[in-house]
Order: sequence, then C-alpha cells, then structure tokens
Amino acid sequence: MFYRENGQFKTSYRADQQIFPIAQDRWVILAFIAFAFIGVPMLVDEYMFRAILIPFLILALAALGVNILVGYCGQISLGSGAFMAVGAYMAYNTYVRIDGMPVIIALLSGGFFATLVGMFFGIPSLRVKGLYLAVATLAAQFFCDWAFSRISWFTNNSTSGSVAVSGLEVMGLTINTPAEKYLFCLSFLVVFGLLAKNLVRSAIGREWMAIRDMDVAAAVIGIRPMYAKLSAFAVSSFIIGVAGGLWGFVHLGSWEPAAFSIDRSFQLLFMVIIGGMGSIMGSFFGAAFIVVLPIFLNQFMPWLGSLVGVEISTAAVSHTEFMIFGALIVWFLIVEPHGLAKLWSMVKQKLRLWPFPH
Amino acid sequence: MKVRNLAISVSLACATVAGGVFPSIALAQDKVQFFPVLSGRTGPVAPNATPWANGHNDYMKLINARGGINGVKTLVEECETAYATDRGVECYERLKGKHGGATVFQPLSTGITFALTEKIPNDKIPMITSGYGRSDSADGGVFKWNFPLIGHYWVAGDTVLQHIAKTQGGWDKLNGKKIAVIYHDSPFGKELLPIVQERAAMHGFTLQLLPVPAPGVEQKAIWLQVRQQRPDFVVMQTWGVMTATAIKEAVATGYPREKMFGTWWSGAEPDLKDVGAAAKGYSAVMMQHGAEFQSAVVKEILEKVHAKNEGTGSKDEVGTVLYMRGVVGAMLATEGVRAAQERFGKGKVMTGEQARWGYENLNLTQAKLDALGFKGVMRPISTSCQDHMGSAWTRVHTWDGSKFVWASDWLQADEQIIRPMVKASAERYAGEKKLARRTGADCQS
Repeated sequence: MFYRENGQFKTSYRADQQIFPIAQDRWVILAFIAFAFIGVPMLVDEYMFRAILIPFLILALAALGVNILVGYCGQISLGSGAFMAVGAYMAYNTYVRIDGMPVIIALLSGGFFATLVGMFFGIPSLRVKGLYLAVATLAAQFFCDWAFSRISWFTNNSTSGSVAVSGLEVMGLTINTPAEKYLFCLSFLVVFGLLAKNLVRSAIGREWMAIRDMDVAAAVIGIRPMYAKLSAFAVSSFIIGVAGGLWGFVHLGSWEPAAFSIDRSFQLLFMVIIGGMGSIMGSFFGAAFIVVLPIFLNQFMPWLGSLVGVEISTAAVSHTEFMIFGALIVWFLIVEPHGLAKLWSMVKQKLRLWPFPH
Repeated sequence: MKVRNLAISVSLACATVAGGVFPSIALAQDKVQFFPVLSGRTGPVAPNATPWANGHNDYMKLINARGGINGVKTLVEECETAYATDRGVECYERLKGKHGGATVFQPLSTGITFALTEKIPNDKIPMITSGYGRSDSADGGVFKWNFPLIGHYWVAGDTVLQHIAKTQGGWDKLNGKKIAVIYHDSPFGKELLPIVQERAAMHGFTLQLLPVPAPGVEQKAIWLQVRQQRPDFVVMQTWGVMTATAIKEAVATGYPREKMFGTWWSGAEPDLKDVGAAAKGYSAVMMQHGAEFQSAVVKEILEKVHAKNEGTGSKDEVGTVLYMRGVVGAMLATEGVRAAQERFGKGKVMTGEQARWGYENLNLTQAKLDALGFKGVMRPISTSCQDHMGSAWTRVHTWDGSKFVWASDWLQADEQIIRPMVKASAERYAGEKKLARRTGADCQS
C-alpha cells in the first residue's frame, strides 16, 4: 500500500542510478541513519552501547570489508583476523611513535598497512581458487599471529606483549564516554558503507562480480584478473584494517594478538555467509546475528528459567548457548541459503503487494 | 510455507524481545553488597576455573550464614567468560551496574585484566588480581584501582627460583646452569619473563625460553627441544589443560618431574589427577595457601554451607588448591569491604569507590585471619597507598602421586629486586598514558 514506486518517474540518468531509486527506501534509510545518530544516544544505556552496539558497528565494518572480497569478488579468505591485527597494531605504532598524531590518521594508516599486507597475501589468488585460496590466506593469519607476539617492535617493547591506548581525542573532542565512542564508530561505518556501496556499483565493482561469476569469461571480455583480484584484496583489507584499529582503540582499549585470532577470521566469514554474500546490507545482518544473538541467548535463558522457577547454572547456559546458536545457523542456511539479506529483499517484495497479494 | 512463515515470525518475535531490557533475575533485596563473578566454567580452563568460582561463592554463602559483613548480606551473580577477553569485557559491562553497583571485580584472566585496567578508573570499581594480571600494578601510586593482593607473577617467579637455588645449596650453585621456561604465549605467560631474566643476569644461569601457543596442547616440539638441550631445570608458567599436557609430555620424554617447577597457576589437583603417580615429584610455588582440607574455614564451609545442601559445587573439591584460592579471593574481597565500613559507616553498603579505600588500607593481622578460620593458611597482609600487594610470602608444594605435600618453608620474594622493577614498569605505563603519580592528598581520599 505504502511501499509502491508507482508514479515515481526517472527523468535523468542521475536519478536512475541512485543508490536507492525508490523514494520510500531513501527516506526510510535516511530516517534510520538520523535515528542512529540522534535518537539512539538519547535512548540506550551504557551496557547496550559498550557490550552490543559498539562491537556490532565495528564488526559490521569488518564484515563489509570481507564481503567485498568474498561476496563480490569470490575470493574466499581466512586471513581477515590477520588484517584486523595489522590494522590495530600499525595504527597503535603510528599513534604512539609519532607525537601529536591524530587518531583518525593513525587508524587510516593502520588501514593502509593492512592494504599492503592484504595485497601481498592476495598474490596467491592469481593462481589458486576457492578452498585452496582459503588455505593459502591462512598463512596470513599464522604469520601475523607469530609476528605480533614475537617481534617486540610491534608492541613497543611491552614486556607482556599487550598494548593499550587511552585518552583518544578528535579535533578537541574526547572519545571517552560510550556515546562518543558509538558516534565515532558509527561515523566510520556510515562513510565506509557509502564508499563501499558506490564502489560495488561502479566499473570496478562490476569487474569484481565478473571475476566472481566466471573468471575465464571475464578475462576474455577484457577484465584483467590480476588488477581486479588485487584491487578487491586492497579495498577489503583497508576496510578490515580500519575496523581492526577501531576494535583495539575504541572497543578493547588494550589488546593482545589473541584478540585477532583465527576464530575472528572464521567469525567474519560466517557473518558474510549468514548475512548474505554480495550484499552490503547482508554484512550488517550477519554482524548483528553473530554479535547479538549469543549475548541475547546468554541472558534470555536465565530469564526464561526464572519465569518457570528453574535456576540454570552458568555452565549450562553457556553450553546451551552454543547449541542453540549452532542450530540456528544450520536452520537459517537451510531456509535461506542466500543469507539474511535475501530474506530482507523477500520481505520487500511481499510488501509491494501487501495488503492485496495476487 | 506455513511452517516457514511461523518460524520467521518466531525469530522476529525473539529479536523484538532482545531489544527489550531483561528484568533482573535475582530477587530485589535491600542492603546487599554485590560481588560479580566472571566465571570460566566452560572453555580451555574450565577444570581449573570451576573450583575457583565454587570456592568464591561458597565463602560468600558462609559470610551470609555468619550474618553478613557487619549485617550486610553478600550477593553473587556469575557471568560466563570462557576465558575469552571480549566476552569478559561484555560480562563486566553487564554486571558492573547491577544490584546497586559492583563492589570489586576478580577476572581470573590476565587478558581480561589488561582490558579492564583501562576501564575501571572511569567506572570507579576496584579490581583484585591475586597472583595474576599486571605485576606492575602492585605500584598503587600509578594503578589506583588495581590490587594484585598477596602476590603477582614476579613474586612467584622469584620465589620458585629461590627454591631451586636452595635445593642446590645457594644461588652461586646456579652459575652456568641452564633453566628452561615453558610459558603460555600470551600476556599471562610473558609476564613471568622479566623476573627470570633479571635473576639469570644476576646469577649467571642461562635461560631457554619455550613459548607454547594457546590453549597449550601442542607441546611436542617444545619437549623435543627439552630432550635435545637437557636443561637442568624446567620452570612452567602454564594454566588449564596446558599443565597436564606438559607433565604428560615430560613423562613421554623421560624428563625427571623432580626438576620441574610450576608457578602459582600450574600446580593444582585438576592438572595432576589424571597423570597420577607419574607426576610424582612435580612441585609448584603457592602464594601462601595450598590444599587446606584441615583448615577451620573449610570445616566451617562444610558444616554451614554444604551440610545444608547449599554448596555450589561438589563436596569433594572443598579444600582443594583452586577451591581455596576462590575462598581466599572472596575473603580478601569481603575483608576490604569490612575495612571500608570502619571508615565509611558500619553496616552500610559500600560503593566500589569506598571499597577501594578498604583494599588500600587492608590490615589483616594474624589474629584476624585466625578468627576468620585461616589459621595456618594465610600470613598477615597489609596494604598501603603505594603498596597494593600487601604480602610476598609463598611456599612450595610437591605432588606425592595422589596429593600435595609442603616441600619448603615460607619463602619471601626479594623486594630489593622486585620493587625497582615494579616501579620502573609502572612509571613507563604512566608515561605512555600521561598519568601523574598520585599525591599524598589523593592517598587520604
């Protein structure tokens, strides 16, 4: 009834090529972003910010990066945790070694170094594909784990190998309270989300998708595989690196290589698969599913138990959380192999006909 | 299609509930002192962290059975971290504001300690890290909110080397010897290294550093190196499954267990039970207490908590090493509150900030400890504004095939060596963070 584009005529190419060609989409998304910037900081409490929203925003950013590589360019990577680590540690080094270094520049420099490392470990993608590439990118994970725990230069010679930053400031504004941290991460996510969305709609994005769908055919029509694959690795690692920097600087405050272990790589890959490969929206859904659901289950079960008067032990809650979480992943993949983003677009389709389906 | 629609709507409904705030599950009581527990009942350290949490919670129940802290009842709520830092941070955020505010956190993980150290000064909640965490946080002049009460890794490292030297007949006998250090490749493991390196430089023994990646079950390569190089002694900074694996590998390699020494976290029953008699001769340094089945406090817990079927865990583990560590942790947490009540009002609920004063001005004399049931378990502890550790006494116990027996007299870490190291490291931290050392006026607050 309300969600119909009847009567919205495009009179220029510009209008036809907008990100959201349907006016309702545009307004809803704009309203949503405005709400995220203005409404959310007024409504939610500290726990929500620190434990759920900030990790969600940062991991959504990382998932966005992984989605460009895995979802759009079809190069399966298990090195995402490593690229996050490079981003975090190099941002840390730029930040502490150069006096008066602005935080944003430090974070972007982390992204820059992650780009270099990502492109280097992306070279095997020119020869190997699919699962073999996934195994090749594991090398990045193991190498970075090794480097950041063994080479003391990266940790500024800290005895324990753990590094910390605090007292962040951007142009005179401190980033201390949860709301400030939230807004800082949100700004990064919005800017990078917009950039990524525009990249995948552009010529380079179409090159990536052509490579993903069939690389031989893409090469035949004149797409350079090396350029397309390495650019996907570069863009993806840059975004993941910045997300890594945010994870260390803003979320944890103090971290060790274990924060970016192989588990993190898997987690990011699962976000992309569950959220929807080749969909910007899917990255957000996937991140929400993986970040929020375990915490939700962990608190929901004791609450449910208290309703029926049963006290569930901490260990039992933790075990059940894993079981339900695993079952839900399987269930979602069976019901909708194209991810949560596909469910979303299905809802939109249905909404167009609502309330009078055929 | 119908099933699918139903399923989708159910998941949407769940998501809606997720957005809401859960009502607190504990019954609302007035006047409770809330002690959050970051437990590790699942994950790689579950066998070791479970008795700790059980001991902690049992002692809190005992305090309530005794009538509370000057009438104020204690309340415990757990949150499972599975030894993961990000879950630990989430748990901290979840628990810190509940039930009128958290009194003190005991994260039982060095990784979580590092992460929380950056957060507690803003939230004004103290943190006790008995025997773990940052060694330099013993310097209260820089670390206002951290309390490594009764010791830290450097105390353990120093005393275990003292014990080795004693068995050899003096420090000079270690000259030219080779000591291998097997450590968990994380801040937890690496924290031990500065003290052993310092001692190695002082006494002329060489070190062989052998890091093991988490969780520590891959040790074949390390023990091959041990077999090739034949170090005179092996010092182990291990935790959880890693300790048992190391001892099994030592048995397979044929390295004598009598020459293996664990630090504080590497010598408890869950580590050695499965190995049994093969582990005979293995020793570990204990910060004051060990397994204390005969102590008054254990008898009281059995009588007032377990006899009423209110025990948190199984009855068999009451008095074991890690259970006792939980009991001691809970005792330190509640005694700090009692000390704070002396200043801020008896029988009142203390805020985290007030409790911090209590931990900083803790004065547990032997008489007080004996009255609490810790006779023969603990030695006096007194903290101050500059010294957040309070005591540096340890003992060494040895596995006789089925249980631990004391193998040394009381040992004291050499403050002449550790204090300058703590100070230098704390100054470095303060420099990086641009923190000023606390003034005398701040010590009074």
